[in-house]
Amino acid sequence: MGTGTGIGRVRGLGSAKHGSKHWIDQRLTAIGNLLLTSWLVISLLLLPNFDHEAVAAWLAQPKVAVPMMLMLISIFWHVRLGLQVLIEDYVHDDGNKLIALTILNFYVLGAGAFGLFTVAKLAFTGSPA
Amino acid sequence: MVTNPARPLSPHVWHYRWGPHMMASIIHRASGFIIATAGMITLLWWLSAIGGGAESYANFQKWVVSAGDKASGWEVTVNWMFRLLGLVVAWSFFQHFFSGLRHLVMDMGAGFELNTNRTWAIVVFIASITATVSLALYIAYKNLGV
Repeated sequence: MGTGTGIGRVRGLGSAKHGSKHWIDQRLTAIGNLLLTSWLVISLLLLPNFDHEAVAAWLAQPKVAVPMMLMLISIFWHVRLGLQVLIEDYVHDDGNKLIALTILNFYVLGAGAFGLFTVAKLAFTGSPA
Repeated sequence: MVTNPARPLSPHVWHYRWGPHMMASIIHRASGFIIATAGMITLLWWLSAIGGGAESYANFQKWVVSAGDKASGWEVTVNWMFRLLGLVVAWSFFQHFFSGLRHLVMDMGAGFELNTNRTWAIVVFIASITATVSLALYIAYKNLGV
């Protein structure tokens, strides 16, 4: 099967030796998600109301914008690792698998960048009335 | 790659007796998919609506939170679909949260004894349902005057 040789790995028949990193990153981001989503849920419950003015002023503070951006990074990183495993387990056709993994990577990077930009813009320039 | 179609296979998942631990495992994946897609897209919509100003925030609230008194039948229908989705996302979040805690414990090699494993799988479901119902009741009590 060629698991031990260079050409075997080139042909996709052997380990790429990235498994442990994937596993550890998934756990690290999981711990990040536990802390940061707990922060978000508690913060939302403590908000006096959900009027635009109150929510915009809340989100624009550095002590809120920074953990929110960290949460987006941690979550989307975790999403990439987790959904990659789902795709690898359930999509068996090589072509479809490649397409699904490509869409996943575009989604995670695109949505993550959009979220970070949105929060940063509000924090730096404020919200239009 | 040459494969031998007659090679022995391990029994497929349906040959095993169904248990809470198997349910927790597949639901962990399903709930993760739901919060990764529907949950995160709605969260990003909310964040961008805050940054977009009062009008875009009101638009988010109209569709997702409450259609209001002057809404058309279509708007009320979509609003209720978002409320239902919100309930599914909230439960998926709590389920994935508590199930994830269980997985972190199991990653340390603990909790694999049959009865312990079964017990904590059941506890995860009870915790996620309790948290979701509590949140729904809290929101209904605070905002809908129920």
